Amino acid sequence: MAPMEKHLKVSAIKDGTVLDHIPANQLFKVIDILGLSKIPNQITFGTNLDSKLLGKKAIVKITDKYFEDSDINRIALIAPQAKINIIHNFEVVEKRILSTPSKIEGIAKCMNPACITNHQDVITSFITIATSPELKLLCRYCEKVTDEKNLKIISNQ
Amino acid sequence: MNKSNTIAIDMSKHLISIHDFSKEEILNVLSMASRFEENKNSAIFSDKVVASLFFEPSTRTRLSFETAANRLGARVIGFSDVGNTSVTKGETLKDTIKMVSNYADLIVIRHPLEGSARYASEVSSVPVINAGDGANQHPTQTLLDLYSILKTQGKLENLKINLVGDLKYGRTVHSLLQAMSHFSPKFRFTAPKELRMPEEYKEQLRVKGIEFEESENLEDGIEDMDIVYMTRVQRERFTDAIEYERVKNVYSLRRYMIENARPNMKILHPLPRINEIHQDVDCSDHAYYFDQAGNGVYTRMAIVTLLLGIKEF
Repeated sequence: MAPMEKHLKVSAIKDGTVLDHIPANQLFKVIDILGLSKIPNQITFGTNLDSKLLGKKAIVKITDKYFEDSDINRIALIAPQAKINIIHNFEVVEKRILSTPSKIEGIAKCMNPACITNHQDVITSFITIATSPELKLLCRYCEKVTDEKNLKIISNQ
Repeated sequence: MNKSNTIAIDMSKHLISIHDFSKEEILNVLSMASRFEENKNSAIFSDKVVASLFFEPSTRTRLSFETAANRLGARVIGFSDVGNTSVTKGETLKDTIKMVSNYADLIVIRHPLEGSARYASEVSSVPVINAGDGANQHPTQTLLDLYSILKTQGKLENLKINLVGDLKYGRTVHSLLQAMSHFSPKFRFTAPKELRMPEEYKEQLRVKGIEFEESENLEDGIEDMDIVYMTRVQRERFTDAIEYERVKNVYSLRRYMIENARPNMKILHPLPRINEIHQDVDCSDHAYYFDQAGNGVYTRMAIVTLLLGIKEF
């Protein structure tokens, strides 16, 4: 019964993309970063699902939607362990692995309060200088480092 | 110093950060500055207009840029007080820069926000020179410091340099440290524990294999130095007023402290000084800070020339 129960929690899709293993508390940021609230496709999601890896996880299934690597990698900032499955005719035909982009534009906020990006309408821009043990982003403008514990995602809303 | 400056320079269109410069590019700027010192009035840009946009106060940087532009024959427009501009009406930096880049051939900008000069360079249609963006970068100060070191020591390689004062917030010491790292220096960092050199800069030196030592004692760190670089503890960089009060008068260099210094030792300071160098030092042969400020004109003449498209002078 267990596999059946798992399937029922979030319905299967025939064609599209499944984002699995998203930390439950990052679900709405993932939706925000990928702009899912603005697309017409059918989307189903579940959150606070039990996960051995994450404790509580979220899953998102988007019908008839496929992402470019450069788009999907944007969520690596907040959900690096997320799994991306491409679905055709109810079958997983491709598994994609996330990698943190070397340049991050317009997603993260600079932690330096004196940075121009926190005062005027300037799109933030960072170079990824480390991904482990901790994510570190170098601001193109003020040249200060924003680390993982100070990382804030800019809302698209 | 090279007498010829025929190496094609691959400078970007703007000068925003000292990180934008390779060792060769730095040496090219210094070489050209030396030639301008020999030819102080070189009216090669009589058809050019330079905009000097100072969104926060400055004495030396603004006057030396404007002197440099004038000595090159260019005309200067701009402001030194935003109170008289549309910024007070809420005009964005982008709009100011877009407008001015339609008036002038080159923009010099000082702005209190960090990253403002990089942003200005992205929206401007003419070259932009960063004359200080908050606590971040002040690359022309670094270049004039290097020029002063080269001029007084005859070389940049293998020098012993003591950086003194506010090593935590001081942008000039951070940029100087990074630029000098091309030339195998040995550093001493003299600072109270509240204002020590940040770990990220020390790590950069370790990676490059550059030796440094740290101390809170100024007097012990003068005798075997080539350069003693003094800095002011800048009130405007502190968010904690109590921390500022505790450290503001921590060092004061006096004449008796430099009696056993090497003959070639020079004292540099980006100015303005308050009381970190006592006036009894001023008439010493080791005092170089006023000449250093003068060198800013030649260095900035070189930078303006390079950015306006002349690769050789």
